Amino acid sequence: MTEEMIIAGFGGQGVLSMGKIIAYSGIMEDKEVTWFPSYGPEMRGGTANVTVIVSDKRISSPVLHEYDTAIILNQQSLDKFEKAVKPGGTLLYDPNGIVNPPTRTDIRIFKVEGTRESVEMGNPKVFNMIILGGFLKVKPILKLDNVEKGLEKSLPERYHKLIPLNLEAIKRGQEIVETVKEV
Amino acid sequence: MGELRLMKGNEVLAEAVIRCGCDGYFGYPITPQSEIMEKLMERQPWTETGMVVLQAESEVAAINMVYGAAGTGKKVMTSSSSPGVSLMAEGISYIAGAELPCLIVNVQRGGPGLGTIQPSQADYFQSVKGGGHGDYKMLVLAPSSVQEMNDFVDLAFELAFKYRNPAMILTDGAIGQMMEKVELSDYKKRWTEEEVVEKNGSWATTGKPASRQRNVITSLELDSDKMEQNNLRFQAKYRRMEAEEQRYEAIQCDDAEYIFVAYGTSARVCQKAMEIARDKGLKVGLLRPITLFPFPKNIVKELAPKVKGFLSVEMNAGQMVEDIKQAVYETQIYRKVEFFGRMGGIIPSPGEVVDALEQKLIGEEK
Amino acid sequence: MMDIKEIVKPENLVYGKSELLIDTIMHYCPGCTHGVVHKLMAELIDEMGLQEKSVGVAPVGCAVFAYNYIDIDWQEAAHGRAPAIATGISRLNPEKFVFTYQGDGDLASIGAGEIIHACNRGENILVVFINNGIYGMTGGQMAPTTLEDMVTSTTPCGRDVDLNGYPLKMTELVAQLPGTSYVTRQSAQTAPAVRKCKRALKKGIRNVLDRKGTSFVEVVSTCNSGWKMSPAKANKWMEENMFPYYPLGDLKDGEKGNPVSNN
Repeated sequence: MTEEMIIAGFGGQGVLSMGKIIAYSGIMEDKEVTWFPSYGPEMRGGTANVTVIVSDKRISSPVLHEYDTAIILNQQSLDKFEKAVKPGGTLLYDPNGIVNPPTRTDIRIFKVEGTRESVEMGNPKVFNMIILGGFLKVKPILKLDNVEKGLEKSLPERYHKLIPLNLEAIKRGQEIVETVKEV
Repeated sequence: MGELRLMKGNEVLAEAVIRCGCDGYFGYPITPQSEIMEKLMERQPWTETGMVVLQAESEVAAINMVYGAAGTGKKVMTSSSSPGVSLMAEGISYIAGAELPCLIVNVQRGGPGLGTIQPSQADYFQSVKGGGHGDYKMLVLAPSSVQEMNDFVDLAFELAFKYRNPAMILTDGAIGQMMEKVELSDYKKRWTEEEVVEKNGSWATTGKPASRQRNVITSLELDSDKMEQNNLRFQAKYRRMEAEEQRYEAIQCDDAEYIFVAYGTSARVCQKAMEIARDKGLKVGLLRPITLFPFPKNIVKELAPKVKGFLSVEMNAGQMVEDIKQAVYETQIYRKVEFFGRMGGIIPSPGEVVDALEQKLIGEEK
Repeated sequence: MMDIKEIVKPENLVYGKSELLIDTIMHYCPGCTHGVVHKLMAELIDEMGLQEKSVGVAPVGCAVFAYNYIDIDWQEAAHGRAPAIATGISRLNPEKFVFTYQGDGDLASIGAGEIIHACNRGENILVVFINNGIYGMTGGQMAPTTLEDMVTSTTPCGRDVDLNGYPLKMTELVAQLPGTSYVTRQSAQTAPAVRKCKRALKKGIRNVLDRKGTSFVEVVSTCNSGWKMSPAKANKWMEENMFPYYPLGDLKDGEKGNPVSNN
């Protein structure tokens, strides 16, 4: 198994930390992982993206130009990465702020109302976990108990009390993910 | 086996430095390597191992602090990125001329000038050919994974003290910023003052007791006959490094007709390119130099008769390719040596590397 | 009448060269202040029993070969970088007595950044600053401390402040920095001046041993060759021209942490 993915959105949406949790959860399943962020001024207030690879074997290039999965959290990122999804691959997006939805017909497309749901859950910070839940539903590459371990590893100890809330958000995401298009 | 962690290359390097018994770090912030000093300051190793960490007023001051501290026989280091390393070139030349061991880490970014903060390998010449003035060489190690950012710290210090010579870890912004699974090394104790005197007291400024001559750390020798002798001694040392320290990893080179030669981040890209090429039925191998000086030319010479050609893949305009050509030339056999690279902070894609292979090496043949 | 063997008996000894001053011919010009200050440093390290604890940092300039004259461990710096090198040595070896010995080109020109920051961090070192207003080693070019209208090989018509700026008072500058505890300006052209200078250097060394931060001792000096004067005339010229602009005395003698001292 090799899953090559890009997570892209605005800085502050928890893009990098979602990637980190996926990577750490991968380690908990004895997988090889890489996490490669965009860095520098483009991060400040602008878009943030991270390439995450989870694989059974040694990972070659940490930098990719096409992906099995793209998790897209704003319009700019959709414009940039929709075309980079491999044919037959997966695109998952939050429709909040998306005026031009994805149009490709050769990939699977899903949407998760993460922004809306996080407001309903009363905590916008769990937004990225709702999205993660949606992803894990359509691509169950990681077991949920390993994700829980991954959360423990990637969150500082003082935030461990928030793990149950995060897990709840992941489950919520799994419930609300909608299929836009199957190949 | 120790605990597996997910860490950034830069943070791993800082952690490895503390664990290998380093005595001092002097540095100046520059993207994309500032996490090294930030991590060190956050870890406060002075409370744990006694290691000193100091933010200098400039790269020039930082490398001279390293020069001073290295002169006392202790394990010291600095880190920077390309423009900062240019500023350090004077100090590195003095350190090489005074034959002091130390570690310099260059997390490369694209140049020339202020350039970009994105990853690059454009400092290959600067690192392996000298960089500062005068005939000198550094030992240069090129990690291509976050794990090697851990492993090469101890190795670099070991080689630096073995040869009393500056050693460099030459990496780039991609490996510095990337997170991967890593197993950190166990803690090694810092040398005690007595151990420093015992190991390095014959040359270091440990304070002159009545029992020995004074030790003078200097690169100055105005008598040209003596200075030439010094140079001959340095060159003999560099030849000994070439004879004993060539390191590389050869992946699927046994049946290969074409060899990618790449180090660091571009070696990772080439590994993927190799997989794609193999899927197409092309017999491609990857030679990954681990030491850039000494360049692993023996393996290039060994492979040359067996293969049809080499493609050097670098994140620059073509630098290491010259060392490959030199090695192939020394075999007196003609083999095609081609180059493909991207510049300005762009990491080549595996697909374009395969295209370059087909166009530059295979296409010619057809 | 006593013969020569009588005279050189140890009990008749009234003055002797320090054991730490190495028996070799110095490369300094006759009348140069460096020789005197070297002798003082050798005597003090000897008298205070610090040979095994001392590491000197030699500059680029006339004193580049200081390590050939005082029998302690030394490091030779790149031009101007002595304070950074001393920082590295001192930080990793806090029990050592570390000092830099620098001229005006080295300290006030190319090394202005390093000296300011070392003093500002309050590095636990002694800085010995020889100011003769000229580059000696490279052949008498203008230094930052060259006086207005003073003739050098790069100011053949005299230093023009519109072109070259003003003579730099480094000692006044570092006295403003909280990292310094003792900042003084001395000279060494007469026996009383030499004795005073030795007391100042001793205080600087003592401060390092007591971990009081940076001590900075400027010695206003002559350069007969660069100034193109006899030693006697150079001393007179220094007293008449250098001392008014670079007045002698303590600028600061207190504790680290204050910009200037109260006394």
